[in-house]
Amino acid sequence: MTLAAGGPVSDDRMVVAENVHKSYGRVEVLRGIDLEVRRGEVMCVVGPSGSGKSTFLRCVNHLEKINAGRLWVNGQLMGYREKGGRLHELRESEVAAQRRDIGMVFQRFNLFPHMTALGNVMEAPVQVKGEPRAQARERAMRLLERVGLADKANSLPDQLSGGQQQRVAIARALAMQPSLMLFDEPTSALDPELVGEVLDVMKDLARDGMTMIVVTHEMGFAREVGDSLVFMDGGVVVERGTPAEVLSAPRRERTRSFLSKVL
Amino acid sequence: MTSQRDSRTSEPPVPAQSPPDPIKAVPVRHPGRWVAAAVIVVLAAMFVHMLVTNEAFQWAFVFENMFAEPVLIGVRTTLLLTVLAMLIGVALGVVIAVMRLSSNPVLSGMAWLYTWFFRAVPRLVLAVLFGNLGILYQQIEFGLPFDNYWMPLLGLEGDARVFSLDARTFLSGFMAGLLALALSEGAYMSEIVRAGLQSVDKGQTEAAQALGMNRSKVLRRITLPQALRVIVPPTGNETVAMLKDTALVAYVPVTTELFFQLSAIGSRTFQLFPMLVAACLWYLAITSLFMIGQYFLERTFGQRGARAGVGGRLLSGGGGRG
Repeated sequence: MTLAAGGPVSDDRMVVAENVHKSYGRVEVLRGIDLEVRRGEVMCVVGPSGSGKSTFLRCVNHLEKINAGRLWVNGQLMGYREKGGRLHELRESEVAAQRRDIGMVFQRFNLFPHMTALGNVMEAPVQVKGEPRAQARERAMRLLERVGLADKANSLPDQLSGGQQQRVAIARALAMQPSLMLFDEPTSALDPELVGEVLDVMKDLARDGMTMIVVTHEMGFAREVGDSLVFMDGGVVVERGTPAEVLSAPRRERTRSFLSKVL
Repeated sequence: MTSQRDSRTSEPPVPAQSPPDPIKAVPVRHPGRWVAAAVIVVLAAMFVHMLVTNEAFQWAFVFENMFAEPVLIGVRTTLLLTVLAMLIGVALGVVIAVMRLSSNPVLSGMAWLYTWFFRAVPRLVLAVLFGNLGILYQQIEFGLPFDNYWMPLLGLEGDARVFSLDARTFLSGFMAGLLALALSEGAYMSEIVRAGLQSVDKGQTEAAQALGMNRSKVLRRITLPQALRVIVPPTGNETVAMLKDTALVAYVPVTTELFFQLSAIGSRTFQLFPMLVAACLWYLAITSLFMIGQYFLERTFGQRGARAGVGGRLLSGGGGRG
């Protein structure tokens, strides 16, 4: 966990973003993001669509390459190595190793449809970490129990409801025992009556002290569970504070007009 | 949730109405269907009559020679060619498809060039061409390339070749025919595999990468098993087409092949037509067998596709505690 010279010291900060820029061709999606997430913190990110909040999340585990700035997770510079004042791209296997410590939950679940719920949860521990099957199976069963789906262990994803699929997806991410969890609008693709069961699992996770970045439209969840709330628009962080501050007394006009539409 | 459900059950149920008498309507008549059926039955009867009575068929001669020993050897060669050409073709197809989708421009360019060449040249021409490759090389040798240039420059004598084959022997007959069919099949299979790989949702790759899988693991465990649903049905078609295309290697020539054997008997006895009929019957019989195999393959990988893939089947055995 040592750092290259010049990097931020890894104290209690899990994620450090420094002036992160990202563009697709000429379109600038992120225009300088500075953020810090402490260990055990639950940070909710809200904002209109196209504000860059999902893109930022995907930069954190290097699914997207950033064009400028620096991004550290757990004291490691994501995707690069700084040597002799120059950045060197990491090999694919090194990037893969960095990602093992970061769990991600997607809006559209992205469960592997050719594997059972249990198979989905066991896949990464067995294939990536080389864990013995019996041990992985036992741990996977405990995780499925934790998300309330032990009885669905042998169901295929298309036999599960959206809410159940998303809970399996959370269990799958937890199976790698990550120190950071990323949630990309985890309830946006769900029928309204299924949102609650997924949020309950996430609340439980937050209570256990998991560090989480949650891109969401669920203001109630942000208020109840979030330690901090970030409002993004146009590729920049417009406002940041505790959920109570930002939601009840927004300082910026842009925040106020967005909140008036969604609250 | 529970309170809602409780209140709902305490409500009086909505009564179901008893249905009225079922509908008994006069169906629409289709006189056209009857006419068409009659015409077809008559035509079919005429065809069967022709098969039985026309002496040009010489059925006794057909059946007598259909199971002659050289013909049976021909059937074996044809089956062997089909299976080997398809195995090599599918393996090549996967490799070339992965190359084609690679971000390395040299690899994807080479893959494109390969597909372009082998799809552009007819298989018959390829077969004859490969039969004549012995003209290019007397010997096929393996070793370090361009040794005849750089070894003298370094003041070394001899050569840097470790293993050599006589090209005329190696590339004659069976091997040349097999190579022509397999290399050509590789080009078609690569397009099928590419379509299959591209049909898998990008989110699958992202989810696997987010879990820390490297590219080859993502391909083997996640993308390829799901692509099978798209890859398997056209591969069945390719196999049937390959069986028939083995007849082309008669022009390499591969003398132990089914069509070559039957037409040889035909020319020797001046009874070509019955032997052509015999060839039709053999190809019909083998193709029908393949179609049964294809049906079962598609049932396993096709519709249930993704489900029956590697992971699911391995895991469905145990872990049934829930």
